[in-house]
Amino acid sequence: MTLLSTRGLSRNFGGLKAVDNVDFDLPAGEVRALIGPNGAGKTTFVGMLSGRIPASAGTVSFDGRDVTMMPAHRRIRAGMAYTFQITSVFSRLPVAENVALALRWRTGDDLAATDRQVAEALDRVGIADRADQLAGDLSYGHQRLLEIAMGLSQQPRLLILDEPTQGLADSEIVDFVALIRGLAGDMTILLIEHNINVVMQTADAITVLNFGSVLASGTPSEIRNNAAVQAAYLGTG
Amino acid sequence: MSMFLGSNLRKSWTLHIGVIILLFALQFILPAYHHGNLARIMVLACYAMGYNILFGYTGLLSLGHALFFAAGMYGMSLTVQHLGWSAGPALLAGLAAGFAVALAIGLLALRTAGVAFMIVTLMFAQAGYLAALYFGEYTRGDEGFVIQQSFRQLAGVNLADPTNRYFAALALFAICVVVSLRVVQAGFGRVLVAIRENEERTRMLGYDIHRHKLAAVVLSGTMSAAAGAAYGLLFGYAGATFASVQYSIFPLLWVLLGGAGTILGPFVGTLFMFYLIDLSSELTTAYMLIAGFALVMLTLFAPQGLVGELRRRALRWLP
Repeated sequence: MTLLSTRGLSRNFGGLKAVDNVDFDLPAGEVRALIGPNGAGKTTFVGMLSGRIPASAGTVSFDGRDVTMMPAHRRIRAGMAYTFQITSVFSRLPVAENVALALRWRTGDDLAATDRQVAEALDRVGIADRADQLAGDLSYGHQRLLEIAMGLSQQPRLLILDEPTQGLADSEIVDFVALIRGLAGDMTILLIEHNINVVMQTADAITVLNFGSVLASGTPSEIRNNAAVQAAYLGTG
Repeated sequence: MSMFLGSNLRKSWTLHIGVIILLFALQFILPAYHHGNLARIMVLACYAMGYNILFGYTGLLSLGHALFFAAGMYGMSLTVQHLGWSAGPALLAGLAAGFAVALAIGLLALRTAGVAFMIVTLMFAQAGYLAALYFGEYTRGDEGFVIQQSFRQLAGVNLADPTNRYFAALALFAICVVVSLRVVQAGFGRVLVAIRENEERTRMLGYDIHRHKLAAVVLSGTMSAAAGAAYGLLFGYAGATFASVQYSIFPLLWVLLGGAGTILGPFVGTLFMFYLIDLSSELTTAYMLIAGFALVMLTLFAPQGLVGELRRRALRWLP
């Protein structure tokens, strides 16, 4: 079953075609990595998926429904979660409240359920002991983990992670890979990632964007051996 | 996760109900002069609390709240003066006027953000002020009009009597405190704070930002209108001065001094400012110089306001 697909999805900024006519299909349950050189249009592309950026042309459908015109907050409630590339937690609020905000629209006035699910999400990323701290007092790596906890706690069907390992230490990256592997099966994951080791260890399939278009799509080993991908990353000389 | 445990909730209810009881008791102790002042301060603090919902909790800086205060005041006083309504229905008319104006202004002004929002609200309030002058036949403009004592009766209680007036002001104050507390503790209020802290992140957690902001403007405007209507009724006067720009600036100052985003900050700020001007004007005719100096010092050394500073230093649980 296809959870998410796009047809002819495009976005222009002035004369620049940031994303150009992308057809993309993501089967439910898959961990898909989205890679490509800087400026390839990855963040713009997922911005259109989540509704942060309106599409210039084309359609996005999620779970069989056309969501192209749906505002971002309704897409989130329909089952998408989005974690920001630049850490964007509520730094002056406690860690627990950050997560509670992410799930309170589901739990409503059920305080016990809110508390329990907040604790579960924090536990899953390993920062449960910091629940009472202000999010801004966390180390950078822990803030990234908090971002992921906020995404997880929504119990999304599609989790979009925009460069989650950026700026993490090697040991933290090892933990992150284990976390993603643990999540696979529970939810569909779309991962924008620069760290090719992380991609190779976590992704079921890879889509490569270059100059706003899909350059290649396939399993990790197919992508590794794809001449066009190698050229895009290493230059054609 | 003490954040969610009942103890903070209990502490904050105890504190706020304690303050209301203290104010109740003060009525029997205070000399007449301060007694009258405090009644006035409590009503104005309701105005500041209304302002605080939008500014302190949602992070939207309005420079036009006098429009809502005046909508309540005129909604009440014009129906009394020209339609002969009694105080009860007139108060409701004031609330309804505030609600309607806030909804309309919210729908228009929320199309903007930041500095543009400040300017748009300022302009609407100026238009309201000029309208009050333009319709001078009914409003008597700057000069205003007195609401006759015979009309200032609510359920058989004479509101012109100082004791009754004090209790009426306290009742309104208590309602505003309880409403504010409930809002802040509810999921709705938490989302307002989240919008203040990081609007884009809040949207991407699944919240309709526009709907929440609009609800905040309407709640804030209606509470301000309630204060305006009560002020006119309790003190027996309505005039265009209350629609002027200085009455848009006052609640901002009160809230900043007392502590934006705290429940008691607006009251503390109003009290402080009222007596700062009152006491300094006894000393010198240049009392605004003293008041201004004190304000600058406070802004420098307690930038989060009096209650905000207290929360930062000692009582982190303060709502």
